[in-house]
Amino acid sequence: MKLAVGAHTGTGTWLMQRATAIVLSLALPGLTIHFMLAWPVDFAGWQALFAPLWMRVLLLLTVLALALHAWVGVRDILMDYVHFTGLRLALYLAVIITLAGSVAWLAAVLWSQA
Amino acid sequence: MKFRLYRYNPESGKQPYMQDVELDIDPAGRMLLDALLAIKARDETLSLRRSCREGVCGSDAMNVNGRNRLACITPLGELSEPIEIRPLPGLPVIRDLIVDMEPFYRQYRSIKPWLINDDPVPETERPQSPEDRALLDGAYECILCACCTTACPSFWWNPDKFVGPAGLLQAYRFIADSRDEAMAARLDNLEDPYRLYRCRGIMNCVDACPKGLNPTEAIGRIKALLVKRRV
Amino acid sequence: MKTRRFDALIVGGGGAGLRAALQLARSDYKVAVVSKVFPTRSHTVSAQGGITAALANVDDDRWEWHMYDTVKGGDWLGDQDAIEFMCREAVTAVYELEHMGLPFSRLDNGRIYQRPFGGQSKNFGGDQATRTCAAADRTGHALLHTLYQQNIACRTQFFDEYFALDLLRDAEGYCLGIAAMSIGTGEPLLIEARTTLLATGGAGRVFWNSSNAMINTGDGLGMVLRAGLPLQDMEFWQFHPTGIAGVGCLITEGVRGEGGYLLNGNGERFMERYAPHAKDLASRDVVARAIAIEIAEGRGCGPASPQRGGGYVHLKLDHLGEKTIAEKLPGIRDLAIRFAGVDPVEKPIPVAPTAHYMMGGIPTNLYGQVVAPARYGPEEPVPGLYAVGECACVSVHGANRLGGNSLLDLIVFGRAAGRHMQEYLRDNPYPRPLPGDAAEASLARLRRWDRAGGERVAAISDDLRRLMQGHAGVFRTDAVLREGLESLNELEERLVRAGLQDTSRIFNTARIEALELENLMGVARATLVSAIGRTESRGAHTREDFPVRDDERWLKHTLYSRAGDHVDTKPVRLKPLTVESIRPQEREY
Repeated sequence: MKLAVGAHTGTGTWLMQRATAIVLSLALPGLTIHFMLAWPVDFAGWQALFAPLWMRVLLLLTVLALALHAWVGVRDILMDYVHFTGLRLALYLAVIITLAGSVAWLAAVLWSQA
Repeated sequence: MKFRLYRYNPESGKQPYMQDVELDIDPAGRMLLDALLAIKARDETLSLRRSCREGVCGSDAMNVNGRNRLACITPLGELSEPIEIRPLPGLPVIRDLIVDMEPFYRQYRSIKPWLINDDPVPETERPQSPEDRALLDGAYECILCACCTTACPSFWWNPDKFVGPAGLLQAYRFIADSRDEAMAARLDNLEDPYRLYRCRGIMNCVDACPKGLNPTEAIGRIKALLVKRRV
Repeated sequence: MKTRRFDALIVGGGGAGLRAALQLARSDYKVAVVSKVFPTRSHTVSAQGGITAALANVDDDRWEWHMYDTVKGGDWLGDQDAIEFMCREAVTAVYELEHMGLPFSRLDNGRIYQRPFGGQSKNFGGDQATRTCAAADRTGHALLHTLYQQNIACRTQFFDEYFALDLLRDAEGYCLGIAAMSIGTGEPLLIEARTTLLATGGAGRVFWNSSNAMINTGDGLGMVLRAGLPLQDMEFWQFHPTGIAGVGCLITEGVRGEGGYLLNGNGERFMERYAPHAKDLASRDVVARAIAIEIAEGRGCGPASPQRGGGYVHLKLDHLGEKTIAEKLPGIRDLAIRFAGVDPVEKPIPVAPTAHYMMGGIPTNLYGQVVAPARYGPEEPVPGLYAVGECACVSVHGANRLGGNSLLDLIVFGRAAGRHMQEYLRDNPYPRPLPGDAAEASLARLRRWDRAGGERVAAISDDLRRLMQGHAGVFRTDAVLREGLESLNELEERLVRAGLQDTSRIFNTARIEALELENLMGVARATLVSAIGRTESRGAHTREDFPVRDDERWLKHTLYSRAGDHVDTKPVRLKPLTVESIRPQEREY
């Protein structure tokens, strides 16, 4: 039987999933504690919290890692269960747009004036 | 003892069904295979594969009370009744407890399971230190019974693309062999989102292996080599 | 009828068949292997202790010493030309296996690990030699998988789960292939080939208590008998001294090679009495007889019970320590725990003799060519037909096989036959026409089992095994053997009237078992008739009514033919190829 396997990729995505997992396991608890301690009560408080650049960069990187991690995970699920290549591609695209869109949106929110 | 056996005869035109069977047998010192052969002596239509009856040929793998095992080394006394026996999951059933093993064998062949060494052949043996030889322990003993591979959901979903634990363990057996020179090509062969990386390390294979081998660990070692040559 | 054509055809996917197939596949010939099981399920996989070759990795050794031990072990019945050939070729054959990737255990200096085995000596009968090359206690498994792997690499054509029915021959006696049946579909298939090799293994399942796999039903022997060819030395069956009592699973001689020993019910190392010099590492026939005597004279361990058969002795190895057992005998420990309920690290294993190996079989010369008495002499090759391995009788094992010589036999003669088949193919470049009715008899035999009803095959098969256990066991007498032969006549009549409940086509294992039983019947008859004929005790054939070896009358091979239940004899080849003949002596260990 002829099969299109041997893509010469796989380790990269696998490594990325592990690397992002490490980032998330460090950043998520840190950020959560930071938010809990500084729990702002109004919009101005939230704005103040995200005023320092390092805070905005850190949050963006964390969410980027989350998106990449989610991408590998969802892709794995789709590879297991969705065996029609066209449909799988369409679902990949939807996931990529959703995740990339979310990250872009977050960036826009963080760096928006006001 | 009470048994529930998966029965299917493609010539009967009937759907597969579970058959309840009672057998008068003393479980002490007996194996499941003894009971199945006693049932077959009464009803010769029951079909199963068997050969060595001591757990080294790998013929009589089947699903026993939900777990893949070799009937010939499964003590009857260990099993709770009714003992439910089905063919190995994830492979097409030919008849009763006999499955079509070809998808499993095809994956085994796909990893090129033979020693590759293009150096000139020495007059005597190729030396190998006991330490290097010890790396093969836990890998070369595989009997190709398919208990592990057919217990793996990743193989159920992608039997044509995922090599499966048995095949990957054999791939590692040759990667680890100090006499084999094709490690790079072997790693290339597995550098694929499906062939190796469908394994999520859930360790069903370790639980199922009747020889006590650990394919998950071997897969981990292959991954480590893939990462090492990349970073 | 479906027909496939190849240059060479191998029947049997065990060590011998796969070694021969490899030799042919590496040339440009089209070669097919027919096996009734997936090849790695063949019985070679169960071989434990190792493969003997005078590599001298541990201790001084020479192939001449190996040859002497083999001749003596076989009680001078082995053909010395074939034995010289095997012991000489052993060394390169084992290195070749190593180069193929067989994962031998290793010595500290990186060379192949060797262990002492029974019947091995230095200096023609001197101190214990260390000659058996091992991959832990899974040498057969390692060997069979390695050979299968090499055959996949060479793209040998496999017919897995095809049952061989009969040889196809023409009027001049040429073998033109076989009639087979797909087990999966029940369809017959003709496989034509210019040359055919039988490597169908032993028939140990003819005994009730046997170390053999359930597939060892002498199918090749049945094919040969039906083709009107003789079988050689069929009275010689090896009873392995250490089968797990009541179960039959084998405990390798390697256990005693590593330092284990036998104890009787009084806790006595009884082998010291029977073989003062070699003790527990005497030849297998000697040790098996000793155990049988101990048990028969009431010095067995434990009461004779239905569970444990007729008593047993103890195989003690706990003194070797857990580390040695885990490294060198892991499979044995596993088997003992599972089948005897005993952890050998703590307690001795209950063992008793169990039917293990058929020294006799299809007569061949040292190229693997099947030979039969014909116009010009007693050993005329049957054109196109070869046989190798346990089904064949070269004869290198004579009246008793030494441990570790069986795997060696497969490899050396598998390779030799593969080479000779290439020559044969060169000399016979064109296929001969297959007579139109060549498969008629086999098809009729198949059709006979389409008849439903009648007595169950399984019942007859059980009775046959009991009969052979009782009438052709370790100790034999004329009266007991003749009684057995009469019961066998009755069983054969019952088989004629027997039928199947299940006449379906797809994977009908009941039909296969019926066809196997037909083959076993032939083996049983050959054994009983040959054993009645040989009025002496030699090697594994012990006649209580003729307790001594009789070289005057019986330094000969027996040849059993089905026509008229006839036993003929032919001389033993006492002249080796290049060295001095080893003259018959008193056999002491």
